[in-house]
Amino acid sequence: MKLVMAIIKPAKLEAVREALVDAGITGLTSSEVSGFGRQKGHTEIYRGAEYAISFVPKTKVEVAVPDAQVDTAIEAIKTAANSGNIGDGKIFVLELGTAVRIRTGESGEEAL
Amino acid sequence: MRTSMKILSLFGLATAALFAADPVLAQDAKPKLDSGDTAWMLTSTVIVLMMTIPGVALFYAGMVRKKNVLATLMQSFAITCLVTIIWMVAGYSLAFSNGGNAYVGNLDLAFLNHVTVGAINGTIPDTVFIIFQATFAIITAALITGAVAERMKFSALLWFIGIWSLVVYSPITFWVWGGGFLGSDGVLDFAGGTVVHINSGIAALVAAIMLGKRKGFGVENLAPHNVGLTMIGGSLLWVGWFGFNAGSAVSAGGGAGMAMAVTQIAAAAAGLAWMIVEWMHHKKPTLLGVVSGAVAGLVAITPASGFVGPMGALFIGLIAGVICYWGAAFLKPKLGYDDSLDVFAVHGLGGITGAILTGVFAVEAIGGTAGALEGNIGQIGTQIYGIIATIVWSGVASAVILFVIDKVIGLRVDADAEAEGLDLNQHGEMLH
Repeated sequence: MKLVMAIIKPAKLEAVREALVDAGITGLTSSEVSGFGRQKGHTEIYRGAEYAISFVPKTKVEVAVPDAQVDTAIEAIKTAANSGNIGDGKIFVLELGTAVRIRTGESGEEAL
Repeated sequence: MRTSMKILSLFGLATAALFAADPVLAQDAKPKLDSGDTAWMLTSTVIVLMMTIPGVALFYAGMVRKKNVLATLMQSFAITCLVTIIWMVAGYSLAFSNGGNAYVGNLDLAFLNHVTVGAINGTIPDTVFIIFQATFAIITAALITGAVAERMKFSALLWFIGIWSLVVYSPITFWVWGGGFLGSDGVLDFAGGTVVHINSGIAALVAAIMLGKRKGFGVENLAPHNVGLTMIGGSLLWVGWFGFNAGSAVSAGGGAGMAMAVTQIAAAAAGLAWMIVEWMHHKKPTLLGVVSGAVAGLVAITPASGFVGPMGALFIGLIAGVICYWGAAFLKPKLGYDDSLDVFAVHGLGGITGAILTGVFAVEAIGGTAGALEGNIGQIGTQIYGIIATIVWSGVASAVILFVIDKVIGLRVDADAEAEGLDLNQHGEMLH
């Protein structure tokens, strides 16, 4: 099992959700995060005073998938979240030890 | 039919003649209460109060960081309470009693003991005039808080405002409107360009310098947390300003109407001017900019609002919008003081601009005094004289009061408190 974690533009969340559902992924977790990459934040100007905003608002999407579905999930996110501009985000893939469905006690890939 | 109409019209003429005789009689009689004037002044008083709570409170609260929002709102609200009581105790008396000199009133009207239900001031009840003027004393003090935002100790602020109201606000009001030397020397200030705006702007500049910069000024991100609140506050200011300027006619007539017209025009012109200059300079027109510009225009038209016409208002607005933007975006960074919410740039520079331009654009047929454009070039000098007198007294007295308070209890919260935020540290409350 793998945990696919994607940092995307907040406005792309809905498109990513749809693409993952179409690819057969049954669940995901999203959270509001902020950070910076090569984009290096942006500048805000108030009455002529410029402030560098280093931490840009982003959305983090986390999906736990069986090994067989990893490439499909990555492809779905990559396509849906791409606008071609800087700041589109990144995808990270991590090893996942186990998963447990709390209601039934099922574990491993059965719990996904 | 014809005959009866003739008789009727004859009767009408006779009645008209009778009534026409009345004003002649009235001149000898005591001034009479006018219900129209009174209704307008009751209304004006209420909306000028609204300019401070919640107008100034929100205008400023939107521009601070989230940890200082409640403290900023609190300052305007507590000042409203404090200055009202000071006004009742002695402030009104020092500003509007006949002290027998040109500089300050006496304590004859202290505690408003003289007030009766039937007392008349002009054509309105004395009580209405007193509270109308109280709302001016309140907003002048509240405006200063923008300069000391995010770092002044609440107790020190209350001490400062309390003493300042009596030592600075009341005397300057007396100079201009209470029978003092600026009014009698011909300085034109219809609704408070010197009394309210130059006065608060200078006190604010002095306070910002004496208090020192906020921690992280020029380094950390001190961006406004919610410009939307500032827009709501600025809009309440704009609406309330009709009470401020048109109310300063102290009657519900043509003078109030003209003041309303020029107020609207100047605010709009200055809002556009600031927006466009900023657009050219930073490539984007900002909400904070257009709102700030409108307020700057309202400030600048304040002294002129009973003396100029629509064209004068248009130019005053356009000029003030550009000058005040320059003050906030260029002058402040160049000189390096942290007037946090630009009280000096908007109210100080806006007030000075308006006071001088009143001397340029005044129309004799409107307010009884001609300006430079009608050949009375000396009026500009008179206006500058009023400006200098206000700057000197407000600047010097504010500095002395702040110096003493700093020695006794300290003006600033300590560095940890500033980092934590005034909401939690000074008031034990959090926004959310």
